[in-house]
Formats: sequence, C-alpha cells, structure tokens
Amino acid sequence: MGVAAGVTAAVVAPGVVLHSVTAAPRSEAVTSDVRWGLLIDTAKCADGCSACVDACDRENGLNLQSKPEGASQEHWDDQKAVWIRKVKLQDNQTGRVTNLPMMCQHCEHPPCVDVCPTGASFKRADGIVMVDRHTCIGCRYCMMACPYKARSFIHKVMEDQLTRVPRGKGCVESCNLCVHRRDFGEESTACVDACREAGHEAIVFGDLKDPESTIRKHLAEMASRQIREDLSLNTGVRYSGI
Amino acid sequence: MAKAAVRAGLVAVGLAWVLAAQVVLAADAKTYVLEGSKAAALESCVEPTDVMRRKHMELIKHQRDETVHGGIRSSKHSLAGCVECHIRFDADHAPTPIHQKDEFCGACHAFTAVNLNCFDCHASVPRGPGAELASHAAFQAVGVDRSVQSRADGEDH
Ligand code: HEC
Ligand code: HEC
Ligand code: HEC
Repeated sequence: MGVAAGVTAAVVAPGVVLHSVTAAPRSEAVTSDVRWGLLIDTAKCADGCSACVDACDRENGLNLQSKPEGASQEHWDDQKAVWIRKVKLQDNQTGRVTNLPMMCQHCEHPPCVDVCPTGASFKRADGIVMVDRHTCIGCRYCMMACPYKARSFIHKVMEDQLTRVPRGKGCVESCNLCVHRRDFGEESTACVDACREAGHEAIVFGDLKDPESTIRKHLAEMASRQIREDLSLNTGVRYSGI
Repeated sequence: MAKAAVRAGLVAVGLAWVLAAQVVLAADAKTYVLEGSKAAALESCVEPTDVMRRKHMELIKHQRDETVHGGIRSSKHSLAGCVECHIRFDADHAPTPIHQKDEFCGACHAFTAVNLNCFDCHASVPRGPGAELASHAAFQAVGVDRSVQSRADGEDH
C-alpha cells in the first residue's frame, strides 16, 4: 500500500477508541490501487446530531472563521465554508424523514475537474477529488458544476490557520477525505471518528477497491445508492436507506 | 600619467568596495538564522547552506507539487519543516510569525525585495495538532530529534 503505518488502537470504553499512530509519512506517490470512499447508513444518522460537521470543522480549521462585521447571520450561513452539511429529506407522500451528511462525493468522473480552467481541481490517483490551491484562481466554475453543492469559496483573509490545513482567501475548497490523515497512514476520517464516538456509527470509511475492506463488505451486504446516480458520476460516497 | 593614477585609484576603490560588500554580505548572511530558533542550535540546514540560499524556492515548490498531488509527506523540503525549525520564540516563549520583516524568511525577503503570499494560507508559526508530524521528516533528515531545544531570545547570554 505504500504507507508503512503502525497504527495501534485501544478500546477505552465501548464506542471510544484511542488511536496512536507511529509517524509513517507517505514516501511514494499515491496510486490508483486504492480508491477511498465513504458509506453512509442514513438509518443510523440521527436528527439534530452535528457531530460529523463539528469534527470536520475542528479537523480542518473551519471553526476558525468568523462572521464579518455587519453581515447578517443568514448571509454568513450562506457564505461560510462548509465541507459537510446535514441534509434532511422528506418524502411528501409518506412523510418519511431521512437525515444524511452531504459532502464532496469524490466522483470518478468529477464535473468540477472537467470545468476547471487551470487544472487546480483534480482527482488524486487514490480517488480523492480536491483543489490544488496553488493553481486555483478562484473562478468558482467548479462550484457551479458540482451537483452536490459541496464546495466553498473563501471570501475573507484568513488568520490562525492550522499547519496541517493551509487555507486562504480567493480559493475554493471542499472535503478531501482528511487527506493529511491519509498521507500519515491514519485509519479513518474526522467525521467517521466523531460519528462513532457519538454512538451512531453511521459512516464507514475505506478502500472501495479492497475486497477485504469493511466498506466493501458493508456494500456487498446492504442496498446502497449514489445520489444523482442519473448523472453516472460513479461517486465514491454511497448512501444506504434512501 | 595623472589619468592612469586616477584610474588605478578608481580600481582600488572598486576593489575595496567589492571586498567590503562581500564582508557585509557574509556578516549579513550569518545573521539570518535567528537566536531563539531551533536552527540556531543546529549545524546545518536540510541542504548545504549555499544550496539553500540559492535554491530554496525551487526545492519548496517542487515539494509542494509532490505533496499536493502525490501525497508525499516524508520529504525534508516541506514548508512546515522550514517554519518549525526556523521559527523564533520570543522571551515569553511565543513564536513570532516567520514572514514578518524581522523574522527569518521575512528579513531576507525584505532585503532582497521578494514578496510571498504563501503565508496567506500556510500557518506562519507551528500551529495545531499535526504540525509536529508535518515537520518530522525534515528533522530526521538533518539527524536531529524534533524536540531540539530552542532558546528564547536573550536567555543564556
Ligand atoms: C491559497 C492558499 C495557499 C497559498 C497562497 C499557498 N499554499 Fe501551499 N498549500 C496550500 C494547501 C491547501 C496545501 C495542501 C496541504 C495539505 O494537503 O496538507 C498546500 C501545500 C503546500 C506544500 C506541501 C506541504 C508542506 O508543508 O510542505 C508546500 C511545500 C507548499 N504548499 C508551498 C507553498 C508555497 C511555497 C507557497 C507560496 C509561493 C504556497 N504554498 C502558497 C495552500 C496554499
Ligand atoms: C531541522 C532544522 C532546519 C530545517 C527543517 C530547515 N532549516 Fe534552514 N537552516 C537550518 C540551519 C541550522 C541553518 C544554518 C546553517 C549554517 O549555519 O550554515 C539554516 C540555514 C538556512 C538558510 C541560509 C540562511 C542564511 O543566513 O543565509 C536558508 C535560506 C534556509 N535555511 C532556508 C530554509 C528553508 C526554505 C527550509 C524549508 C525547506 C529550511 N531552511 C528548513 C536549519 C533548518
Ligand atoms: C538568505 C536570504 C533568504 C532567506 C533566509 C529566505 N529566502 Fe526565500 N528567497 C530569497 C530570494 C533572494 C528569493 C528570490 C529568488 C528569485 O527571485 O529568483 C527568494 C524566493 C523565495 C520563494 C519564491 C517566491 C516566488 O514567488 O517565486 C519562496 C517560496 C521562498 N523564497 C520561501 C522562503 C521561505 C519559506 C523562507 C524561510 C523558511 C525563505 N524563503 C528564506 C532569499 C531568502
């Protein structure tokens, strides 16, 4: 797999797992031998819970943004960077309500990559769709092309960024499946850990190409769908129960 | 005759100026690594010093693409590494942003009239969990433990 990681996990209490990672930074370029993805069991996704969103914000320093002076809350809710949104679906005929987290779907054929004029929007060999902020010119075509409304634009000068997640004004960004964690050989993503810690275990992360992986086993067992499967984007994020 | 003397004089002045300039440069160059940074307690950079002076921008930019596109995090040329080792801590043990004009990167760039936007996005001091991991490889490369002590400015003098 290219990453020689020594990951040890200890179960401290039911549902609480401590990970300690012996630093094993990636030394060879990622390959398409793996394809990272998520499987979300909407039946387990709790109404009103925002554990995944909050964890994502902390992991990636999104909690460091603040409402510009004078801006209305409504405007800010619209403008601030979000990598995961909680979405509530209601079937108008039956009244059945479904909750799910929505993030970049890490398409095999990403429309955001197709429309990017500079090549900044790209798909890493291991399936992660992301933005190279060094070549992003902030045109936001990708935001318009994305059927999932998964991307955000940074409008204001940023301060106090975390070393592991550089980000700044004038660029588009979105969920990158905790790419820093991938490259240091960690097991999961911030949202997956938080969902488990909250007792829901609604999100599974893993390698879609590995027949032995937990995510593949789950996919083989339960019915799952891609959102907007009519677009044939072959998303890396799958949902069950919808 | 007089003309020749003037010429010789000018050459001498010129030579003296070149020499003086070099002395100033050498003295200047020594001062870029700041007291109170980890680097100040170490022998060498991630590459020989003359290479670093001339080529650091190429090394970092190459690293940038390797990391962003290839996911490679084991390189000694990471920007996080530069910051971690060259950051100066003031007397209150607070790190001072590395791009400010009297800090390591900032001082030389101000002198050479180079303007960078890297630190619009990149943390200008080591910040948050994971900063340690990000600079680990650079420290390994020079054969030191990341925990090498930086002395706060003004201490032990
Ligand atoms: C608009 C924001 C932005 C700007 C400006 C920017 N970067 Fe980055 N840079 C990033 C992001 C995002 C990453 C990816 C970080 C990751 O995935 O860990 C990154 C990663 C890197 C990396 C690899 C990680 C590391 O610490 O070694 C290097 C090297 C790098 N950038 C160099 C530069 C240099 C040099 C400049 C200035 C010429 C610059 N960047 C300007 C956003 C930016
Ligand atoms: C592990 C510590 C360490 C890391 C990491 C490190 N440096 Fe250095 N650097 C040093 C030391 C020590 C010196 C002084 C070497 C000497 O005395 O000749 C130095 C010297 C330099 C110099 C020459 C300064 C002068 O006065 O002319 C430059 C330029 C430089 N480093 C840039 C960088 C850049 C850019 C990076 C990141 C790619 C980096 N360094 C990473 C320790 C480090
Ligand atoms: C000894 C002086 C010196 C020091 C110290 C120094 N630089 Fe530089 N740097 C330069 C010079 C000179 C250039 C411009 C070279 C050119 O234009 O060809 C430059 C250019 C750069 C560039 C390319 C800028 C661009 O827009 O292309 C980057 C990136 C850079 N430096 C990063 C750093 C970082 C990060 C540090 C601190 C860790 C640092 N430098 C410390 C002298 C220095």
